[in-house]
Order: sequence, then C-alpha cells, then structure tokens
Amino acid sequence: MKIAVCLKRTPDSESRFRIAANGAAIDETGLKFDIDDFASYAVEVALQINEKQGPGETVAFAVGPDSVQETLRKAMSMGVDRAIQLKTDATTYDGLAIAKALAAELKAGGFDLILFGKHAFDTSGGVAGTATAELLGVACVTAASKLEIANGKGTARRELEGVAEIDEFSLPAVVTIDEGIARPRYPSLKGIMAAKKKPLETKPAQLGQPRVTVKKMELPPDRPPGRIIGDGVAAVPELVRLLRTEAKVL
Amino acid sequence: MPNILVFAETRGSALRKVAFEAISAARALVDANGGGQVHALCAVPSGGAALAGQLGQHGADVVVTVEHPGFANFAREAVAATLAARAQGGGYRAVLLGFSAQGRDLAPRVAAKLDAPIATDVTEIRIAVDAVVVKHPVYANKVIATLQLDGPLVVLSTRPGSFAAVEAPRTATVESAAPASDPSGEKVVVKEMQEGGKGKIDLGEAPVIVAGGRGLKAPENFKLVEDLAAAFGNAAVGATRAVTDEGWRPHSDQIGQTGRQVSPQLYVAVGISGAIQHLAGMRSSKTIVAINKDKEAPIFKVADYGIVGDVMEVVPALTQAVREAKAHS
Ligand SMILES: Cc1cc2nc3c(=O)[nH]c(=O)nc-3n(C[C@H](O)[C@H](O)[C@H](O)COP(=O)(O)OP(=O)(O)OC[C@H]3O[C@@H](n4cnc5c(N)ncnc54)[C@H](O)[C@@H]3O)c2cc1C
Ligand SMILES: Nc1ncnc2c1ncn2[C@@H]1O[C@H](COP(=O)(O)O)[C@@H](O)[C@H]1O
Repeated sequence: MKIAVCLKRTPDSESRFRIAANGAAIDETGLKFDIDDFASYAVEVALQINEKQGPGETVAFAVGPDSVQETLRKAMSMGVDRAIQLKTDATTYDGLAIAKALAAELKAGGFDLILFGKHAFDTSGGVAGTATAELLGVACVTAASKLEIANGKGTARRELEGVAEIDEFSLPAVVTIDEGIARPRYPSLKGIMAAKKKPLETKPAQLGQPRVTVKKMELPPDRPPGRIIGDGVAAVPELVRLLRTEAKVL
Repeated sequence: MPNILVFAETRGSALRKVAFEAISAARALVDANGGGQVHALCAVPSGGAALAGQLGQHGADVVVTVEHPGFANFAREAVAATLAARAQGGGYRAVLLGFSAQGRDLAPRVAAKLDAPIATDVTEIRIAVDAVVVKHPVYANKVIATLQLDGPLVVLSTRPGSFAAVEAPRTATVESAAPASDPSGEKVVVKEMQEGGKGKIDLGEAPVIVAGGRGLKAPENFKLVEDLAAAFGNAAVGATRAVTDEGWRPHSDQIGQTGRQVSPQLYVAVGISGAIQHLAGMRSSKTIVAINKDKEAPIFKVADYGIVGDVMEVVPALTQAVREAKAHS
C-alpha cells in the first residue's frame, strides 16, 4: 500500500517552557524537539501495515521551516522510505492553512491511506488531519486506537467518552491515530545510516495567508502550593471537614 | 451583533453538558456585544422539538432540529455538512461546538467546508470588530496562547468545564431542517457501539473524579477507587497511563496529556505520583486531594489537601467517612 504519514515537530513534553522575549512564542533555547507523540504512533502504524501487507511505500510529510528536515530524517530512520518537506518561512499555528498545504500535495499522490496524529500537544489541537480529509473529500476516522486494513477496506476502533465505536470505511482514507495502538520503534543504527541516503525533497508550501496568529503566550497562574494535612487514617476526619467547610464539595 | 450558531451535542436523543456550556458561552458573547441571537442546531434520530425547552432555558433564541434515523449513530459527515450549510446561510459571526469527542471530529470538517479560521479547545472568547480573540491552553496546559482569528466567520470549540452552563431563560423558536447530506450514505459506517456500562458518568461531565494510579498495585484493588466514587454518588473513575498501559483499566479512562483533560469540582488522586503528563490533564480541577505513601511525591505540590499514607488503609476509611457525611447532608 501507498501510505502517507504527516508529522509535526514538537518540543519534548517534559520540557519546562519559558516565554520568548517578544511575548508571543516560547523560548526554544535548550528544548529538545522530536516527532509529535501521536504522529510517532502513526509512523509505527504505517510501517507495520506495510510490513504485514507486503510491498508498499511509506512517505512522510511535514509543513514547516528547514528544522522539520531533522524530524523527517528521524521518520526515515524508523523505516519510512522517503520524505517531503513543504517549506514555509516559519512555523504556523493555522491548522487549516497546514491542511491546505498538505491536501494540495497529497491530492495527486495516489495514497491509499493518509495517517496523522490525533492532535499535537503544542498548539493547534487536532485540526490538521480532519481538515485535510475534508479538503480531499475522502473518508476520515479520528482518534483510532486500533486499525486494520484488508481487501481495500479499513476497520477502526475509537475509544470515546465512555463508549467504544467500531467504524468501517473504504480507501482512500485519512485516519488520525490515538495512543495505545502501537509503541513507536527506536531507530536502529542501520536505520539511521540508511536514512541519510533516503530522498528528502523540499517544495514550497501552498499555505495561503495564515488567518490564525499568536498574539501572546503566557505561563498559567500557579496553583496555590500544595498542603499536606496529615498522616494515614487519622487524617481522614480533617479531610472530610475541609471538603465540607472549605471546598464545599460534600 | 450578528448571530452565533451552536452545535447542541446529543448522545442518543439527550443533550450533553458541553451543549449547554457552548450555548451559555454564545449567550454571554452576544449579550456582551450589543445583542444578537443564539441559534442551536441539534441532529437527532427523533424528538428534536422536545429539546427546545432545555436549550431555550440556557439562552437559545432559535432551535434548529434536524431529524433522521441515521443520526442514531454518529453520522459525522452529515452533521458537519448540515452545520456548514446552516452557517453558510449567512448572518453568523461564529460557529461554536464543544471540544468533546464529537466536537473534535466535527469542528475541523466544518471549518474546512466554510473555509473559516478555526481555534479548538478555547477557554475564553472575545469578539472585536474585525477579529475574534481566544485563549487556548497549549503545550499540555503549560502555556496559555492568545490567538487572533481573522475572518467574517470563525469556528471555535469550547473546552469542557471552562464555560459554566448558566440559565438565561427564553422561549426558543423551533425550526426544522433537512440534513444537508444523507446520514445513511456516509463514507464511514458505525458497525458497533460498545457502551461503557449503564449509568456510568462520563469523565468530562462528572463533578467528582476519583483516579487511581500504580500505587493500587493490582487491578482488583480498583474496587477501593470504585467504592469511594460510589460513596460520592456523582463521581467517575479515572486512571493514569501506568494503569491503562498495564490493562487494569481501559485506555478511555486515562487522564493526562495523552488522555482526557478534566477539570471537575473535586479530583481525588489515589496512589498517583503526579508525573507532569498526568498533571497536564487534571491540574485545572477546582479542588485536588492526594493520597500517597511518599510525602515527596510531586502530586502533593498541586494537592489542596494531601494525606501521606497507604491507600489500602486510607481509602476505605475515607469511603466510610464520605458515606456518613452524605447520609447526614
Ligand atoms: C509522552 C508521554 C505521555 C504521557 N501521557 C500520560 C497521560 O496522559 N497520563 C498519565 O497519567 N501519564 C502519562 N504519561 C506517563 C507519566 O509520565 C507517568 O509514568 C504516569 O503518570 C505514572 O503513573 P502513576 O502515578 O500511576 O505511577 P507511578 O509514577 O509509578 O506512581 C505510583 C505512586 O503510588 C505511590 N504508592 C505506591 N504504593 C502505595 C500505597 N500502598 N499507598 C499509597 N501510595 C502508594 C508511590 O509512592 C507513587 O508515587 C506519559 C508519559 C509520556 C512520556
Ligand atoms: N506542520 C505540519 N506538517 C505535517 N503534519 C502536521 C503538521 N502539523 C500537524 N500535523 C499532523 O496533524 C496532527 C494533528 O496536529 P494538530 O492539528 O496540530 O493538533 C499531528 O499529529 C500531525 O500528524
């Protein structure tokens, strides 16, 4: 199968964030960047499908400045065959603009399956995949925690709010990947060496004018510092009293 | 002030809490901007008109009911097409949805159809003459971004729990509309729905959450957590990723950066260390209680009330005390 995986470059989620001097971005000094978590599951899913189904091709896409090339190389070191950077001057927060750039490129690509992460933890909040599907006019299943492809058809499981849903769809399709589906593999040394020789193509992104812009970034107000009220069972009556009189939840 | 169109989310034929929150957010917005109407659209298998009373109670001026048997399951393409068609009808400044599972799926579809700028998971909304400005927590709630959306019509989804559902009673006018595409002709077909259990309160709607971590040691010990939740009566049970990875609880119970983001009135963390990725999903809870045997556990840094102790002893005692407190209230 021909599978596309769309990747975002995001900082490590364990990072401590500081606000940049302009007040409208995070300070990137010292941050470690990688493929966004959900998209890294998507890479693993794509590789597993093609390993199982026999000969195919897995292609990674990223919209962004040259820093995304490192992210694309990482995907190739995991086993992705080739990569395409859709180049922009800066990172954009307009999810629909990213989807337009991706859709313009994917339209004629002949992909059977296009995978995304469910949402990136950094900024946009789960827009890129679904919007791309809509622009391409293909089936779209969001937040799949299981995915099977057989005979040109897909079956996906979605764990929703207290309900699990099993969906069936025909290909081509966009699927956005939830956690729990696959642990992303670590690149092997051989994979890292091979990735250096794999093709990484750069093309200008057809972004259009971004209409969502960051005006300000700030750190949230701190919670008041925590308080330990006591030890063991003996502290239970005091807790119940506080829940009743102070927190007023009992 | 032009009008706002709200997606009144339902499950089966019942309205969900996020629907009332989005209606209230829309009501406050039009009222703060010199008046305008709030229109609520619901897509249900039948019985749409019966929802108008509740929606009017929260501030909807017009309720658009779209009925089709195909809406018994999540007919995502038809719902998105119908919302977009209504929004295209003109006169709307914004389309609002809840940032729930349905809203996450629908909002980008609607935005793409309308070619409208979109912001999801917003916690504050302001409407200026030529722009809409929202707050949106980013980087797993560690940073708050203020975003500006340029365009005559925008699509927004509201973070559950961030906008209070308040009553603003009026008598809503009911209009009925046809689906903009056939809900039985979807590209994605729902084959099966497995309910999580009768009467189970959803994590996003529960005023109280009791969450368990690896400190519980074994899946059968989740009984302690369930008993405490039952004692509160209005509580849902959540878990950490350590627990869902072990398969002690389903993935859908996971709270945190990669799980559900919740902000209940009360969050009780039982045997949870308080890793940064877990805090990302619950630190905006109103009151946090932590029970952990390690007094250095990071969860105590955010807990309003911490008890250092063994969950096997403290939790049953707390359950008993909560039962008694409830019996007297
Ligand atoms: C990319 C990424 C995403 C992640 N996303 C999430 C997420 O969404 N949600 C999430 O929860 N985690 C997430 N994690 C995992 C997270 O880092 C932690 O590993 C996890 O939250 C730990 O779960 P825990 O608190 O149950 O277990 P532990 O960290 O093992 O803590 C167990 C606690 O129980 C206490 N304890 C043990 N026995 C007892 C006893 N008898 N009585 C009282 N206390 C006891 C211990 O002192 C300890 O503090 C993510 C990690 C990564 C890298
Ligand atoms: N700039 C980008 N280039 C390629 N793929 C992206 C980009 N941004 C987001 N994605 C994909 O879309 C998913 C959801 O991202 P987001 O819409 O930002 O929450 C990510 O997990 C990626 O798979």
